[in-house]
Amino acid sequence: MPDRRSVRLTCTLNGRRLSLDAHPMARLLDVLRQQAGLTGTKEGCGEGECGACSVLLNGRLANSCLTPFAHADRATIVTIEGIASGDDLHAVQEAFLECGGAQCGICTPGIVLAAVDLLERTPHPTEHDVRAALAGNLCRCTGYMRIFDSVLEACRRLSASRA
Amino acid sequence: MSTAVGGSISRKDGWVKVTGRAPYAADHPIAGVAHAVAIQSTIANGRITAIATSLAENAPGVLAVIHHGNAPKLYRPENDFMSATKPGEARVVFEDDRVHYSGQYVAIIVAETLEQARYAAELVKISYAVEDPLIETDAALDSAYLPDEFFGEKLTTKRGDPDGALSGAAVTHEASYTTPIEHHNPMEPSASIAVWNGDELTLYETTQWVAGARKTVAQTLGIAEEKIHIVSPFIGGGFGCKGFVWPHSVLSAIAAKKVNRPVKLNLTRKHMFSACGHRSETKQHVRLGAERNGRLVAIDHDTVVQTSTVEEFVEACGNTSRFLYSCPNVRVRHRAVRVNVATPTPMRAPGENPGLFALESALDELAYKLNMDPVELRIVNHADVNEHTRKPWSSKYLKECYRMAAEHFEWARRALQPESMRDGNVLVGWGMATATYPGIRSPGAAKVRLLQDGSVDVISATQDMGGGTYTTMAQIAADVMGVAIERIRTVLGDSLLPPAPVSGGSMTTASILPAIRKAAQDALSKLRQLAATMPASPFTNRPHDDIVAEGGRVFPKGADPSSGLAYEDVLKRTNQSEIEGEGYTGPGPERDKFAFQSFGAHFVEVKVDPEIATVQVSRVVSAFDVGRIVNPKTARSQGYSGVIMGIGMALMEHTVYDSRDGSIVTSNLADYAIPVNADAHSIDILFVDKPDPFIDSDGLGARGVGEITVTGVAPAIANAVYHATGRRIRDLPITPDKLL
Repeated sequence: MPDRRSVRLTCTLNGRRLSLDAHPMARLLDVLRQQAGLTGTKEGCGEGECGACSVLLNGRLANSCLTPFAHADRATIVTIEGIASGDDLHAVQEAFLECGGAQCGICTPGIVLAAVDLLERTPHPTEHDVRAALAGNLCRCTGYMRIFDSVLEACRRLSASRA
Repeated sequence: MSTAVGGSISRKDGWVKVTGRAPYAADHPIAGVAHAVAIQSTIANGRITAIATSLAENAPGVLAVIHHGNAPKLYRPENDFMSATKPGEARVVFEDDRVHYSGQYVAIIVAETLEQARYAAELVKISYAVEDPLIETDAALDSAYLPDEFFGEKLTTKRGDPDGALSGAAVTHEASYTTPIEHHNPMEPSASIAVWNGDELTLYETTQWVAGARKTVAQTLGIAEEKIHIVSPFIGGGFGCKGFVWPHSVLSAIAAKKVNRPVKLNLTRKHMFSACGHRSETKQHVRLGAERNGRLVAIDHDTVVQTSTVEEFVEACGNTSRFLYSCPNVRVRHRAVRVNVATPTPMRAPGENPGLFALESALDELAYKLNMDPVELRIVNHADVNEHTRKPWSSKYLKECYRMAAEHFEWARRALQPESMRDGNVLVGWGMATATYPGIRSPGAAKVRLLQDGSVDVISATQDMGGGTYTTMAQIAADVMGVAIERIRTVLGDSLLPPAPVSGGSMTTASILPAIRKAAQDALSKLRQLAATMPASPFTNRPHDDIVAEGGRVFPKGADPSSGLAYEDVLKRTNQSEIEGEGYTGPGPERDKFAFQSFGAHFVEVKVDPEIATVQVSRVVSAFDVGRIVNPKTARSQGYSGVIMGIGMALMEHTVYDSRDGSIVTSNLADYAIPVNADAHSIDILFVDKPDPFIDSDGLGARGVGEITVTGVAPAIANAVYHATGRRIRDLPITPDKLL
């Protein structure tokens, strides 16, 4: 039984236009996971501390656990499921896989999105840039250094593919 | 020929993790699932006098409100780790109206949507008869008792005459060391989805022990083990808090039964602070006696820890002190106090980790009294055998760890005196400590299945919480089968698979990989038998032991491999869809002959800003002797993981309770600080990588690497802070207020 106060909103989710029904104050995180079936977006804290629920909302990194569904109206949303092209991984994903940037993997989707966001804005980041861009993402396994390696390696791969 | 074992192979489960497609417990799509929200007590001691539920029951979408007054009958499980029935707490959920700690589950709401369940949870009114809670160790000291054992190890032991040796010692050191309550805080909160099909239950879990979950939940519900299926293919970190079975796994099951449809119960981060264990606070008193040359003559390690009123779990801090160094007179004692705090549980190296903070800090203090290099002091006291069990080590390269790490760190450039090194205005300190963890092995079973397309499934009911088991299982199967690792698929995290031990105690590699080797050998043996029965083939009329199966091909012994057939062709020609080999192995008499223990050393540089008393761990070099390294890439990752968790322990992690009502003040990731990326700097992980010749009978020789990496980090940092500042901090965490 859907909530009687739900509204229908239309957005572009991972390149596909679609309509979703939910309460306007439902967490975007829950709508993505339940209504859209996109469970790659994770809940780590539910209050904007850990970044596991990060998505790109109108081209900006956002914590979907703090974003009301109403903000999805006519928005462009990219989740981790929209980063690879079919079975072809994005350079950031390849680098995380090969450099040991993912361990238990639960923080990985949010960190990959933060890294993709960084490299789109700053194609040649310094380690300081990487640290600043990932400051909103907590990881309990990797000790972060392999995550920085992964982002810098992805940057090298993207530069090589552009050259 | 290069082998997969020993290779730096990227995670087999990496692809599904970086694409967001790995299904963790809360991710499984279940049609018609209802949502549950658990309500926690707001008092820490007392009784529930009334639960007013009518408002909640009449709220939109609510399907059920369950509490102790209307819950189905539940049964206390055996509570025996060795027989895989291990609840986190002996008391079953909703057992009665008693409240033992703040955050105890007192009711559960089930509704159509998560939002409706959350809203209704606010409408439940619970009345309590409040009694004064006992929260702090010091307030409970009068009732301290001597627990007997911890996982079969005695908790009070003595050899020689420690008091006599201390009174006659040339140099002595005595001090108290304390560590606070810490929470595991894996980034994935626990979750449980229960699906009943008649009298059969499937639980989608995040558990480090599918076999333990199955048996424990079955006994709690009072149904046959065979009726329960635990599914846990991915775990978003555990560190111990997902090892035993906690009440949420039973709550989802009884809720789903009650509403007659699947129920999902996701814990919040706040729940995680009282719902699945923590590391106890420890208060340790250490006395050391030594000769002028540094030789230890006495160690006395006395510990007080907390446990709860609903279970006994003892953080066995002193047990490592019985054998880490050579010493003729040793006393170890543990006392416990029962407080109105949720039950502690194993957290990465339970016992060893806080225990080494005390012992390794004390040794550093002794080294200064002796005017001796702390590495030299440890080498002087090297234990050539385990003096507690009087067994020889199966293998031990601790001195090599000191040497490797010290050289890499350039320890020789260290000035002995504190406050003697600076980087501009910043104080620089170098410290070190020993790391250790036992080499545990348990029985384990596996299957290896060769399919008609030539690919291989390697199967066991073990778990991978991020350590790399998906990958290491595939590596050994690749080597034995002679099949490329890309063609091997790992299947784990499901109680229907061949049984395996808990993913805890750093035992997975040593327990499971030998079973996989046997299973793969069995599959190849069956393949040769099959080949021997093939009509009109290169093998016709040959006995099967005259046939070789290796490197992906079956061929007559002594012949060129190309003269035979590919594995898959043998299956196709004999119309077999697959061949399945089975393997079961476990520890044997070698356990009576040897002491199995891993060792290591951390060398740490800290930079302390004297103005604001902040500590930065600028450089860590750690070396470990953990037997053979199966996969340097994933093993090093375990190293980084342990070191960063040790940095958290040393500098920030502590859970704060309000002693008036027992509530947790820091039950979120803003107030319970864990290391962030600004805390991470240079970390180098080195391995001796020499196989343990006795841990298994298959020549693998891997002792496991999950827990040793965190042990010794905190004292190495505390020792470095002393070296930088001249301030000895014996009370973790080392926050700026303690250095000002």
